[in-house]
Amino acid sequence: MPIRNLAGAMVAVCVMGLAVVAPAQAQRADITVGLVLEPPHLDPTAGAAAAIDEVVYANVFEGLTRFAPDGDIISGLADSWEISDDGLTYTFHLHDGVNFHDGTALTAEDVVFSIDRAQAEDSVNAQKALFADIAEVSALDDLTVEMTLSRPNGNLLFNLAWGDAVIVGPESADTNATDPVGTGPFRFVDWVQGDRVILERNDAYWGEPAQLEAATFRFISDPTAAFAAMMAEDVDVFPNFPAPETLSVLDADPRFEAVVGTTEGETILAMNNKRSPLDDVRVREAIAHAIDRQAIIDGAMFGYGTPIGTHFAPHHPAYVDLLDLSQYNPERSRALLAEAGVTGLRLSLALPPPTYARRGGEIVAAQLRAVGIEAEITNMEWAQWLEQVFGAGDFDLTIVSHTEPLDIGIYGREDYYFGYGDPEFQAIMSELDATTAPDARIALLGDAQRKIAEDYVNVYLFQLAQTGIKNAGIEGMWVNAPTQATDLTAVYWAR
Amino acid sequence: MTAFLFQRALSFAISVVVASLVVFVVLEVVPGDPAAFMLGLNAAPDTVAALREQLGLDAPVWMRYLGWIGGIFTGELGTSYTYRVPVAELIAARLWVSVPLAAYALTLSTLIAFPVGILAAARRGSAVDAGVMGGTQLGIAVPNFWFAMLLVLVFSVTLRWFSAGGFPGWDAGAFEGLRALTLPAIALALPQAAILARVMRSALLDTLEEDYIRTARAKGLTRGQALWRHAVRNALIPVLTILGLQFSFLLAGAIIIENVFFLPGLGRLVFQAISARDLIVVRSVVMLLVIAVILVNFLVEIAYSLVDPRLGRRV
Repeated sequence: MPIRNLAGAMVAVCVMGLAVVAPAQAQRADITVGLVLEPPHLDPTAGAAAAIDEVVYANVFEGLTRFAPDGDIISGLADSWEISDDGLTYTFHLHDGVNFHDGTALTAEDVVFSIDRAQAEDSVNAQKALFADIAEVSALDDLTVEMTLSRPNGNLLFNLAWGDAVIVGPESADTNATDPVGTGPFRFVDWVQGDRVILERNDAYWGEPAQLEAATFRFISDPTAAFAAMMAEDVDVFPNFPAPETLSVLDADPRFEAVVGTTEGETILAMNNKRSPLDDVRVREAIAHAIDRQAIIDGAMFGYGTPIGTHFAPHHPAYVDLLDLSQYNPERSRALLAEAGVTGLRLSLALPPPTYARRGGEIVAAQLRAVGIEAEITNMEWAQWLEQVFGAGDFDLTIVSHTEPLDIGIYGREDYYFGYGDPEFQAIMSELDATTAPDARIALLGDAQRKIAEDYVNVYLFQLAQTGIKNAGIEGMWVNAPTQATDLTAVYWAR
Repeated sequence: MTAFLFQRALSFAISVVVASLVVFVVLEVVPGDPAAFMLGLNAAPDTVAALREQLGLDAPVWMRYLGWIGGIFTGELGTSYTYRVPVAELIAARLWVSVPLAAYALTLSTLIAFPVGILAAARRGSAVDAGVMGGTQLGIAVPNFWFAMLLVLVFSVTLRWFSAGGFPGWDAGAFEGLRALTLPAIALALPQAAILARVMRSALLDTLEEDYIRTARAKGLTRGQALWRHAVRNALIPVLTILGLQFSFLLAGAIIIENVFFLPGLGRLVFQAISARDLIVVRSVVMLLVIAVILVNFLVEIAYSLVDPRLGRRV
């Protein structure tokens, strides 16, 4: 160890010497990324926190497939794959010469290990359902993996691209939470809890090497502090800037550029479909007509966000515009309430911490009051919201953003917190699962969107925007967020 | 003195046991499950159960309490549910930020408050006194987070003398470490200094009315000499009380300032841990703060007896 340190010191001295001689216009090769939340740990296969993926997805860990910046599913560790005609067998061919950061080679056995681990009885994978249809995984040879499904699943390649499905090594799986070892273009260096995570370029990377030599993630949740950190240039890029109200100020500064894109976050006013009188579709429709989406987007989100009429991302090819079903129309709302014989309605409105909920909730309550519905606001922490609203279903109304990509399937769950689980909808979902032809899938996804919009399960408010800010010299950041990630693979300093 | 120490130790032990019970019970009844929090909206119930088992949350309540208490004595505080590193390590790392920050802020506030308070008392009724009273009134009224933001805007964003926040770690050198703590320490120190200066002033004014000051003046000492030799020392008792309270506050209550400057201190740790229901971290930090407060009070009592030897002899 001392020898390594000595060698390191000598290298450092040489580099410093070079820096003095090197021309002054040398490009920067390091970046400081600001994130709102610190990841609880760094193992994407053992937690739902978006902050984990925001640090390690595509940078440290890779899966068989991956999300491209535009949301497409492209090849990851799997170079290519074949799907049998019955859609039940997937054969993946791995890239040759891939090594984990600890030097061990990636083999088909590691893939088998990773999928088996995620599926196991005692698995703590937050998205275990992604793997539900995989009956068996086996290694045909060192670089070939065969996956047998119990039923066709048109989403398999998409599911395997999630951060929860990354490939880990059996040697390092247990310690990835604090010392992540993956196959990606960056390796983990250090984590000062509460302050920063440091990554450095993996020079032995199997694919196109990263242009950045080092990346530091800093965790700043206070909006004012985030603004100051950008202005003082302590942070080079903030992919999800917590102070959108200052975005235009920063954008007007020639040093910075705002980057506004979309996310997979459908923000909804969820209703407890099992509770009277919300079990009456007329009451739910009345609430939907009482809500003016644009007022919420302007008032709570500083104008960033796209109205949605169903639980689906507007940038997805299968999106159907159903906003007409729930246009803002207070008269219609009052008429529907009268028709349902509901007067003097009082409902509880549970609000988790994010701005969209807390500020949006105030506006929603005011809009409901205008049609004669009294909403009693209760502010909750996430943990309390998860237990009371999400876990026990003890609520009338709540506002939350569902950030998982393509998650319309939750409406088929019987025991899900908003209590829908309609059999007709479930039938559409089973048909979708069994369909692999892209056109047929798009048609079915359209049916699903229409069904939940016509049943007014929830009030679909808006698609959460990705409001980022970056130093004008940085290129190659994702604009949209098809998954919650800060992919630094293609990032570089243009000036 | 032995009896005094024994009495102190006993009351210390009782306080700690009672506090530990209260802390543990309160955190048990708080709604929210750390496992459910970590696994989010899509997790199946059996996955949450598996994680609860992995974290040791399925053990009976009394076993977890005894395990924790035992751990406090051995330094084995368990492993954080979220960070997955030993709690003791986590707390130790944060103490390296919080304790120096509190000490820095306290030093600054003392250095400002003492001269200002003494000056105001010595020149009672003058323009200087009015200025000090007005200024300190402002210092108390201004919220420290707002003042902190102002400091950042001036010294980080505009002048670029300091970075806007963060802590490079003491590995980067004592100078860099102190530099990073300077703005937060000033933001914390100013309101404290304002309070302290006012206490100093009024305590001094009280002692200046005392008979022994008149005697000292009658002996031929000048006003200044009487003030320095006799009044200041006697005015220190209330000032020390406030100082003790302030140190406890700075250690535990710097959370807003830690957020403004995104410093990895104890306050932010406990704040994050509460929202993530990382209760194993919360209860150990809270216990640590309880112990720290009791300890500071104890030290303040000893300091009283140094300032006023009569207090030490009485016990």
